[in-house]
Amino acid sequence: MSTASVPLPNWITYGLMPFLNLVVAFLISGVVVWFIGESPLDAVTLLLQGALGNGEGIGFTLYYATNFIFTGLSVAVAYHAGLFNIGSEGQAYVGGLGAALASLALDHYVPWYVTMPFAVVGAAIFGAAWALIPAWLQAKRGSHIVITTIMFNFIGAAMMVYVLVHVLIVPGKMAPETRVFLEGGQLPKLDWLIALFGGKIGAAPFNVSFLIALVMCFVVWVLIWRTKLGYEIRTLGASPTAAIYAGIPYVKTVIITMLISGGLAGMMALNPVLGASARLQVEFVGGAGFVGIAVSLMGRSHPIGIVLAAILFGVLYQGGDALSFDMPKITRDMIVVIQGLVILFAGALEYLFRPAIVRVWQRFGKA
Amino acid sequence: MENLDLISILGSTIRLSIPLIFTALAGLFTERAGVFDIGLEGKMLFSAFAAAVAAFMTGSPWLGLLAGITVSVLISLVHGFASITNRGNQIVSGVAINFLASGLTAVLGQAWFSQGGRTPPLAASARFTEIVFPYADQLRDTGFLGRFYANVISGHNILTYLAFIAVPASWWVLYRTRFGLRLRAVGENPGAVDTAGISVTFLRYRATVCAGILCGFAGTYLAIAQSAGFVKDMSAGKGYIALAALIFAKWRPVPVMLACLLFGFLDAFANFMQGKSVPGIGEVPVQIFQALPYVLTCVLLAGFIGVARPPKAGGVPYVKER
Repeated sequence: MSTASVPLPNWITYGLMPFLNLVVAFLISGVVVWFIGESPLDAVTLLLQGALGNGEGIGFTLYYATNFIFTGLSVAVAYHAGLFNIGSEGQAYVGGLGAALASLALDHYVPWYVTMPFAVVGAAIFGAAWALIPAWLQAKRGSHIVITTIMFNFIGAAMMVYVLVHVLIVPGKMAPETRVFLEGGQLPKLDWLIALFGGKIGAAPFNVSFLIALVMCFVVWVLIWRTKLGYEIRTLGASPTAAIYAGIPYVKTVIITMLISGGLAGMMALNPVLGASARLQVEFVGGAGFVGIAVSLMGRSHPIGIVLAAILFGVLYQGGDALSFDMPKITRDMIVVIQGLVILFAGALEYLFRPAIVRVWQRFGKA
Repeated sequence: MENLDLISILGSTIRLSIPLIFTALAGLFTERAGVFDIGLEGKMLFSAFAAAVAAFMTGSPWLGLLAGITVSVLISLVHGFASITNRGNQIVSGVAINFLASGLTAVLGQAWFSQGGRTPPLAASARFTEIVFPYADQLRDTGFLGRFYANVISGHNILTYLAFIAVPASWWVLYRTRFGLRLRAVGENPGAVDTAGISVTFLRYRATVCAGILCGFAGTYLAIAQSAGFVKDMSAGKGYIALAALIFAKWRPVPVMLACLLFGFLDAFANFMQGKSVPGIGEVPVQIFQALPYVLTCVLLAGFIGVARPPKAGGVPYVKER
């Protein structure tokens, strides 16, 4: 009998298996570190110290985690409807335009807490707009959403470079970026939150976006598990034919789900654009959209899991930065390697140990 | 546009299309067998790195090619192991491979050569260099056809000509051999293939190996034919353009070549147009040409230029028993 259809208790599916996968991913990362002639144990120590050793490190870790919570939620919402939104990257990029326009328009006149809601809505609308055409193509024309969202990542990148180079650039400057927002267009740092635990935030750009991200986690939880729309989304994801038979409108649900997904991705832009650099720059997303795929997978598309996975990736990002500083042989690209391995083992090879676990479970666990 | 140099644009069209043709043909094999392959980009990058390193170490371009193909096939097998044997998500596996390729080539390149992720520049003898056809130099000045012969037909490296041989060869394998028939069948209805007593798993593995070989050519071309060494992230999205070309060609070999030539032409034309202005319009932003392949593919997918129907079982792992 095949082991694929044997049910396992939740603690194995949601606890033990992801844990084992992570362990293997980290072991192989360790082998890579050892292979290029550094000590894996020292590397881990440096990584953890850099990410969690002081207030500034924690601030950076949570700053990166904020990006990944947004993109992770974006991927997760689409995933519940059985849609694979690989375009969070592009949606976040275009969302940055919405956030930046709100700041550019308002920062002269009002304080940040007036600008913030406009920036949130602007980022969400622009991000959602970038998901609209792929959503429509999937719903109405049956074009595969994975392909169309990949295409839109590239179209978005070209468009944003054009906008920054030809429209929003500061006249006379070379760098393709907007002017620096005044204080009214920035999101303030959460230094008090770090200070609450006795740390100093230092230069870390940890800001209010983190709280917005946590609110969005709750909103997504309510949406998916406590509303009619969420029920329809999950039904569609479980079985499209059953959903249509039950009278759930396919076209409408797909488009709305993708708009929400795109909006969440767009909001990710608040963190780097309004929170950290206070201007819109080329390529500010930096792969966070793709990391969102890994975060959503590891978090099993549940907001709590997503927050935990996002913090894990935040640790990797910040710790990797610190590591490349202390171990010159290990470049920042090592983070990309670890990410790739985590995505491979926690995502694509998630059932790697299942047959073995099932056999052990059948022999010893059931008694 | 005073001097629209068509011949030189066509020449660079050919040069820019070759990696796309190899990669899109690679995708053709896996996707026709029902395995999505987002990882084309990563395989290209891995093989480019392997080819550059091997060519630098041995001084032989052919050993570079062999190394490029070997590494690319190994990565294909990882993709196969994840998506065929473990029935994992094929898109996630591809994304992981792209991450790994981008990171690992840079880390290893820096650790081995300490040149910011580059490999050391290769001597001409360690590269695939241009082959000049007979009489090309004499015919260069004899009108349009002569220049076409000298600059577009002649003067490329051996991999370029292999790419144009790979197109009919792929067509022959897919449409005229038993293996090709089964491969296409397994992408449409794996259950039927299984019922006929043919192993779905083995067929799909062979398809991914074919893709690995072709991606190996693409990466090798990038690193040791088009340039003289590996540069960090040198595939620069070509794997995704090849994927777009594959869809634009509706998953058929000869249209794949034409789509790649079209996208290569757009690239060459964009390079040519940089800094030039069109009368009445002004300077056309280069971003339009960069976005055009993807826009065209989306328009096609929307069903405005015929219908693109992907292989039916694409992306779905095959489970023998329920």
